[in-house]
Order: sequence, then C-alpha cells, then structure tokens
Amino acid sequence: MSRLQPLFDRKRRGVLNVYCTAGFPRRDDTLPVLRALEGHGADIIELGMPYSDPLADGPVIQRSNATALANGMSIPLLFSQLEALRPSVGLPVILMGYLNPILQYGFERFCADAARVGIDGLILPDLPEYEYEHVYGPIIRAHGLDFSFLVTPETSEERVRRLDALSNGFLYAVSSSSTTGGDSDMGPVEGYLGRLRKFALRNPVLVGFGIRDRGGFLAACKHAEGAIIGSAYIRALEAGGDVDVATERFLQAILT
Amino acid sequence: MTKVYHRPDERGYFGRFGGAFIPEMLHRNVAELRERYLDITSDPGFRREFDALLREYVGRPTPLYLAERLSEVVGARIWLKREDLCHTGAHKINNTVGQVLLAQRLGRRRIIAETGAGQHGVATATVCALKGLECVVYMGEKDIARQAPNVARMRMLGAQVVPATSGSRTLKDATNEAIRDWINHPEDTHYIIGSVVGPHPYPDMVARFQSVISLEVRAQLLTATGSELPTHVVACVGGGSNAAGAFYHFLEEPSVRIVAVEAAGMGVESGQSAATTRLGKPGILHGSMSLLMQTEDGQVVEPHSISAGLDYPGIGPMHAHLFESGRGDFLSATDEEALAAAFELSRLEGIIPALETAHALAVLPRMGLKPSDQVVLCLSGRGDKDLATYMQAMESGMDTQKTDIP
Repeated sequence: MSRLQPLFDRKRRGVLNVYCTAGFPRRDDTLPVLRALEGHGADIIELGMPYSDPLADGPVIQRSNATALANGMSIPLLFSQLEALRPSVGLPVILMGYLNPILQYGFERFCADAARVGIDGLILPDLPEYEYEHVYGPIIRAHGLDFSFLVTPETSEERVRRLDALSNGFLYAVSSSSTTGGDSDMGPVEGYLGRLRKFALRNPVLVGFGIRDRGGFLAACKHAEGAIIGSAYIRALEAGGDVDVATERFLQAILT
Repeated sequence: MTKVYHRPDERGYFGRFGGAFIPEMLHRNVAELRERYLDITSDPGFRREFDALLREYVGRPTPLYLAERLSEVVGARIWLKREDLCHTGAHKINNTVGQVLLAQRLGRRRIIAETGAGQHGVATATVCALKGLECVVYMGEKDIARQAPNVARMRMLGAQVVPATSGSRTLKDATNEAIRDWINHPEDTHYIIGSVVGPHPYPDMVARFQSVISLEVRAQLLTATGSELPTHVVACVGGGSNAAGAFYHFLEEPSVRIVAVEAAGMGVESGQSAATTRLGKPGILHGSMSLLMQTEDGQVVEPHSISAGLDYPGIGPMHAHLFESGRGDFLSATDEEALAAAFELSRLEGIIPALETAHALAVLPRMGLKPSDQVVLCLSGRGDKDLATYMQAMESGMDTQKTDIP
C-alpha cells in the first residue's frame, strides 16, 4: 500500500510536500536531497523527472530540468539511484514528470520499476483524464501506485468531483492560473480553497504553485490539508553549498 | 496497408495520432475551443466575414499558374498554387484571419502566437492590427537575431515580440513560451497556433482554415483542364499547415497522389536534419501525440534545416497519420537541394520562392513523373525573407547558373 494514506490518517493539517528535481543540483544529489528533506521536516517528497520541454513549469524549474539533463539524468539512471531509496528514506515519495520520456521508457515497465523501488504515487500533468481512465490508469493502479490529478480555480465543480474520484492519495490544487514559481496572492486563493473544502472531496487537498514562504504555507494550510513548495526550494539549492545545510535552513524558515 | 486516410474523431485522433495532452491549466480554454470551433466557423455570418476578408484583404483566390518552362525541365505539367501572392507573402494568413475572427467571437481581446521564421508572427500581427487586438508574438532568441526584417515588420504592425530564451531558443521553445503565456492568461487571451500542431482541436481547425487552398485548386483546375483532380499534389511539411491545406480536398480522392516533402537538412543521416517521419518515433510534443524527433530517453531533439519554417522536431498528427497509413508519400530534400531549386525556379519562372517551398520544388525531378501528369505544387511563400541566405549562397560561389535551363 502507498505511504500516502497512512500519512494523511496520521496528519490532517499542515502537510508539507517539497518538490525537487532528480539529478539536481548535481547528478548524484538525488538521494542526499531526499534524505535531507526527510531529516529536516518534509512530509512528502515530489521528485521531478527532468524533461526538455516542461510546459507547465516556470523559469526556475525549467532551469533545474535543464541542469539535471546536462548532468546526464535519465529515467534508467533515476531508477538505479532509487534502488537505495528504501529503507533509507521513509517518507512517501511521488514521481512527477511529463508523459513523453515515460512512454519511451515503456509505461508498464516504468510503473513496475517505480513500485519496485518504493515509489508511492505519480503526478503526470499532461496525462489527460480520458487516456488515464481508458489506457494508463489501470496500469498505474495495478502496480499499487497512487495518482494525483491537478485542479485549478478555473476547473468546474463537476470536473473537480470527477478528477477527485479518479485521484488517489491526494488532489493537487493549483493555486492560480499560472506556471510554477509565480507569485501567488493568497487572498483570492483562499476563496477558491474554501470552495474546494465545501465540496467535501474524498481526497486530501494539497495546494501548489507560487507558495514560497511561511506566510504562503500557513495561508494554504488554513483551507487544505497541506501545501507543495517547489521553485522556492530549487532556488535555495541553486544558491550552492551543502545540500543538507541548505535544506535545513530552507525548511526551518517554512516550518518555524 | 489500407492507404485510407481517416478524418479525426471527436477527441482529435487521426488514427493513433493527435489527442489533447495538456495540463489542467489549459483545460478550460482548449475545451471551449473544442466545443465551439465547428459551430462558430460554420455560422453564415462567420463565413461571410471570413470569405470577404480572404477575397478583399488577403487577395484570394490566389492564381493557379501553369509553370511552362519548369514543366518542360521536369517533364510533366506543373501547376503552382501561388500562396506567395497572399498579403504578407505566405499562406499563413489564411489561418490567422480565421482564428482572429474566432477569437473575437469568443470575446478575447489579447492574441498570442509563436513564430519561427516570422511569417506566422507577421500574419498574426497583421490581422490583429486590422482588428485592433493586442498582439504578443513569441520568437526564439536565435530566430530574432537571424530574421531581423520580420521582427521589424511585427513591431511596425504594433505587436510585442518577446524573445524565448529557454531551451534551444528557436521555434519549439517559442511554442513552449506561448503555451506558458496562455496558462498564465486564461481569461482574456486566445492562442493562435500557426501550424497543424498542438492539442485538439488545433490540428483540425488550422487544416480547415487552410483548406481554402485545395478548394480553389479544384475549381481552377476544372476551368483550366476540364478535370478537378490532378495526378499529384506536392507540398513541403514542417508542422504542415500549407500541406494540410493543399491536400485537404484531395484526401478522399484515391487517384490523387499526396506528396509531402520534409527538410533533410545536411542529410537525413547527418544528425543535422528535420526529416521527422524518417527520424522520429511516436511521442508527445505541444499537446499532441505524433511523430517526434527525440533521444532514446524521450527528450526532444533540436532539428536542423536551412529553412526556419521547417526547423521543427515534430509534424502535425494528420501528417503522421498520412505517413503511417501510407496515404501520403513522404520525401525529403537537403538544404543544398532546396537552395538549387530556389535558384532554378527564379531563373525559369521569375518567381523567387521561400526556402520552405523550395524543398517541395527540389523533389520534382525525383518523382518519376510522366509528361501526362498534372502536378499541383503549393508555392507556400515568397522568398524575400530568405534573401540573406540566397545572397550568401551566391557569394559562396554556388552554381546558380544551371546549364540545363532551356
């Protein structure tokens, strides 16, 4: 079973999901970054698989993708790094990426390898709902992996309910109509999250995009089970220095 | 192989290619387009305005010209569909007129577009100026540097030209940036894709707007020859919009051979090519499943062609389906062959073609044509924008005085 459900059973508030890019800042930093995130207070790790054309991402994550690819990162290399994931990291780890590299690796083989190394779920923003239902979803579920759809302030109630019904683990609420790393004004976002709350969805809701500091994190957590931080953490890693020290400093600023 | 072409289904699949692989942030806008494009574009008021603009502003119908001296050299009757005579110098404006009228009916005041060589950007800026709409064009930083005249045109027409500085800083990245702009401005913006690529309904919608090309060809051929059907239709393919328009009304005519010409760059096997059907595998780029040039790891490869308009690592899903079904023949021409063909047409017919079009011209001698064949070639654009490249070729001492010209 995925580690997500037990986490949300235990913790219903203030869940912190941190995004990092595999093979960033250096090729072999993947596991040290995951260990540092676990060591300094993250609850979930969203591990991005780099892609040459990350459409939904803003400049910071585009840069980390390009750096990781230049470092030689690939899905086969990622899985070989993740052979040592368990049990040294106990947190739920989900893989985020775009569909094309996974199709080239082989979708079924990808899910099998992900499950084998202890991955808990997937976020594939360009996998549409119809193809999920009819082609890919059954494969994902057969390997015991969770899957999170994204919803935005523009997503209709009917569609939010449908995507919630298709998701397992958590639903990913994009805070505003934007690519990642923008500057979200949490005022209007709170209204949207309040609406989601009233829908009484079956999945916990994590809020992402544009959350960069403690204020944003706390605002998101008022109306949802937790939040996802990505670009701000990538920027902290870009500053250089020891991965563990940078991660500790970053997470302390968010959590305390 | 059945060699039958299937029109797209309701989810935008041409055979196994197409679909709409988009993040949720684009869902509402793409779904709105999908639900409304057929109704809006078949409305009589829309048709009237579209047809009037094509006639009075773009200058349609464009001539179908029998190129006699070229015919003699090739050994078949070659008819040139003169899209180069459209306002702004290429077929691109057929689509931008259609999409701007559509955007107005969707209540959008801001238009964004991507451009490679600048032809689609100029066409978009032109129609936005005509309709008083805000226009933002994304263009790779590298392309901005090598296509200065078109950048100046867009600016003179009131468009804002935004450099795409990510990735390889060419057309692929300009398209990424335009899509990201749309994600960030979902309320007021319409994205005019310039080719038959992107998520459903774009490939079908753009093909329909460009289909005026083959509609006119049928009527013009009938008048000129007594038959609506040529034996061959030839067009160059980058993303494939002029080819889509030139093929459209012939796809269900089995006697008409469909010939698509890709850019081989320095040679298909050289590592510097844009011949997607030869080098690509099924994959997803810019929201649709198609053939895509990519590494073993599924990272998109940067193509090469001397022509910026063909310098794209993918191909529209309808063309991937034409290729896979066998309905279309896919040939390719190298940079050098295209240059030679451009000089040849200039000397034979007094028409300086765009480098893109020159690729289609270059394969004519290799098609095994008979004197009785009636070949329609889509002359998609004029060559003014490529003068710098042509001048370089002349200065480098390329043999531009072909001896076999009668």
